Amino acid sequence: MGRYVVRRLLQMIPVFLGTTLLIFLMVHSLPGDPVLAMFGDKGADPATLAAKRHELGLDKPLWQQYFFYMRDMLLHLDFGTQIRNGLPVTDVLGDAFPITLQLATLAFAIELVFGITLGVIGGLRAGRLADNAILIFTLLIISIPVFVLGFIIKMVFAFNLGWIQPNVSTEPQWGELLAPAIVLGCLSLAYVARLTRTSMAENLRADYMRTAVAKGLPRRRVIGVHLMRNSMIPVITFLGTDIGALMGGAIVTESIFNIKGVGGVIAESISRREGSTLVGLVTILVIVYLVTSLLIDLLYAVLDPRIRYA
Amino acid sequence: MRGAKSAKWVTGAIIVALAATACGGGDGNEGSKAKGQVDPNGIFTTDLGEPEKLLYTGDTMESNGAGVMKAVFSQLVGYKPDGSLEMINAESLTTSDSKKWTVKLKAGWTFHDGTPVTSKSFVDAWNWNANVKNAMGLSSWFSDIVGYDKVHPEAEGAKPTAETLAGLKIVDDTTFTIELTQPVPYFGHKLAYTPFAPLPESFYKNPKAAAEAPVGNGPYKFKSWDHKKKIEVVRFDGYKGPNKAKNGGVVFKNYTTLETAYEDLKSGNLDIIRQIGPKDLPVYHTDLGDRAVDADHAAIQSIGVAFYADQWAKPKPVDVRVIQGLSMAIDRATITKTVLQGTRKPATGWVPEGILGFQENAAGDVTKFDPAKAKDLIKQGGGVPNNKISIQFNADGGHKEWVDAVCNSITQATGVECVGDSKTDFQADLTARKTKQVKSLYRSAWSLDYPVNANFLKDLFLSTAAGNQGGFVNKDLDKMILEADSAPSLEESVKKYQAVEKELVKTMPSIPLWYYKVNAGYSEKVTGVKYGQDGDPILTGVEVFK
Repeated sequence: MGRYVVRRLLQMIPVFLGTTLLIFLMVHSLPGDPVLAMFGDKGADPATLAAKRHELGLDKPLWQQYFFYMRDMLLHLDFGTQIRNGLPVTDVLGDAFPITLQLATLAFAIELVFGITLGVIGGLRAGRLADNAILIFTLLIISIPVFVLGFIIKMVFAFNLGWIQPNVSTEPQWGELLAPAIVLGCLSLAYVARLTRTSMAENLRADYMRTAVAKGLPRRRVIGVHLMRNSMIPVITFLGTDIGALMGGAIVTESIFNIKGVGGVIAESISRREGSTLVGLVTILVIVYLVTSLLIDLLYAVLDPRIRYA
Repeated sequence: MRGAKSAKWVTGAIIVALAATACGGGDGNEGSKAKGQVDPNGIFTTDLGEPEKLLYTGDTMESNGAGVMKAVFSQLVGYKPDGSLEMINAESLTTSDSKKWTVKLKAGWTFHDGTPVTSKSFVDAWNWNANVKNAMGLSSWFSDIVGYDKVHPEAEGAKPTAETLAGLKIVDDTTFTIELTQPVPYFGHKLAYTPFAPLPESFYKNPKAAAEAPVGNGPYKFKSWDHKKKIEVVRFDGYKGPNKAKNGGVVFKNYTTLETAYEDLKSGNLDIIRQIGPKDLPVYHTDLGDRAVDADHAAIQSIGVAFYADQWAKPKPVDVRVIQGLSMAIDRATITKTVLQGTRKPATGWVPEGILGFQENAAGDVTKFDPAKAKDLIKQGGGVPNNKISIQFNADGGHKEWVDAVCNSITQATGVECVGDSKTDFQADLTARKTKQVKSLYRSAWSLDYPVNANFLKDLFLSTAAGNQGGFVNKDLDKMILEADSAPSLEESVKKYQAVEKELVKTMPSIPLWYYKVNAGYSEKVTGVKYGQDGDPILTGVEVFK
């Protein structure tokens, strides 16, 4: 087990270097010059452009830029500064991540609790009314695009009923984030419910279930321990990858509810060719993905004793 | 039993609905009770995106940063709605030959930190902004002043050979003189722009920190900047200028989209909105009633011609009649009304209203929609090469709709095939324009720097101007422009530039499409909301109800 974890951790290093280099090169190969664009339609003289490039270190060869960038990042946790406004990238990320984490946590909690509950109900009552109702509900959610859902929620609860404010304020409370979290978590919620339901319905007919029932175990234990534990593996896999997706992919939800989170920063950095910001962001997201996928793999062993890591 | 149950639901729904309307009604009553009483210390909110750069006076060139800078800094002069000058920090601004200018400052002005505003505050600030080492985006604004080429050599990588502009001389604490390399009759108007603001001593100790929290001499004191969330400014009580704030301060709130800002305006969380999003344009007049704003904005959208492109340059330069014809094939009135939902006003020349020297219908027939004549002109001019044109635009700016409409209009009227040439975003679009890779035509917009017609003519159509991106060269026009530029007085210069504008009809360096308008609004909490010709609300005049 220990050796397995160490090996996995070591594997992260090439993945980490590879992704950062790729993103770095991709940003640089996009058409458009970030320094030129700082001056907009009206332009600036070559001397000013050169002075600006020099100040930002953009006049160095690409490999040197990448090398210095990685060195500062690894040794000093310094992600550099933004091209456009000279703010430290660490500050920009520090501003954007807390709110996104808050939103992602809330959305994750919603999808976990409601998704699994609905899935369990559907799985145990497979083919009956409750199952069909859940099927229709989840299909409905999957088929509605996020921005439509966000708009409907705003329309009904903010403008017609007046229960909530249409937008999240500048100092967001947990309560304000409930509506965007529901919008963000809904799609995954539906997937979790479908996965849980299918997996449960299938395992209900498995041999070990029959044995457990034949042994005379109480129903709660049969379902809670034997069935649930075995049915959770695909669901956990999905949930693990979903954490990263909730954090990096919330751009639509964020812009609908006026949340200044990671999604907006990503979009802005791409349009402004802010290489250092983008690489910094992606680095953090890559680490989140790597760590969660390691945790998931370790969880498999807990859920299914047959899986062993040497 | 069933009936009883559904009846219960209906009652439940009614109660909920009543509760909801009751809440809304309550707010309304409170609002009307307080109506009429103005709170001189009231603070209001307005939407403003995150300034793109730190707030340097010499580097703030986009509207978000400028919105804050206008509140925090006051210039020597300002301008009135008709484009004429008004003294702000200057007592007087005099010149006899448009070449040597004398500035007298009003006595007793101070910065927000209490230090006095003197001639030195201005001269030092200008020297700093002009210096190439500081790489300020607006440094070229000082290029009229003697000694600029030493402080800011143009060649790439050149080092400055002087630290100060030789043309700036301090006479005493409240007087200084500016010597220009050649007469610039409208130099006084240029002085109203942000790079000419004074800076306090504290700025030079740590420019970067000062640009995070600027200390100015304007009607508002900078309070805080919560990046991407909000910027707060409060009234500066020691302000001596004519435009003293009638409110206690402003909170600039950042919104992800125009739509979210509009929702907040409707739900009372925002007081002044600067622009209504496309989705809400059809309804904002009904939503806001007399609080909806439609104002002129001195900016123009036009179609630039890439004269260097093979299509127009080979085998011989394009005949001007072809471009005149294309211009007359565009149905501006219908497109502005339908596709653009009344947010633009058809252009009748190259200089918009609110600018000194604006002339009604300067372009004459060229901007009138006349399919028959358009077809005729193109035929006379030898036709469009390949009978096909494209209009380059950036896909991230909401331009696709009108580009398509313009193309349809041209094709229907003249039979010339026309397509939009979409670049993924503004950066890609700009790079193609600057590196002269536009294939046929391109979208081009210009917003005022100073309200004199020279700004819309010289800076775009002089063959050496930075804004001349289409490679337009016309020796006669250059001569006319330079002549107008060196006229002895502002009035004469404006008049000569009016002649230049008339002359453009015969050379067609670009096809003017329409002028911008401000479509905005405000909440019940504020009154006295006016918009300047730059399209921004005039913050100091806003009054807040108790």
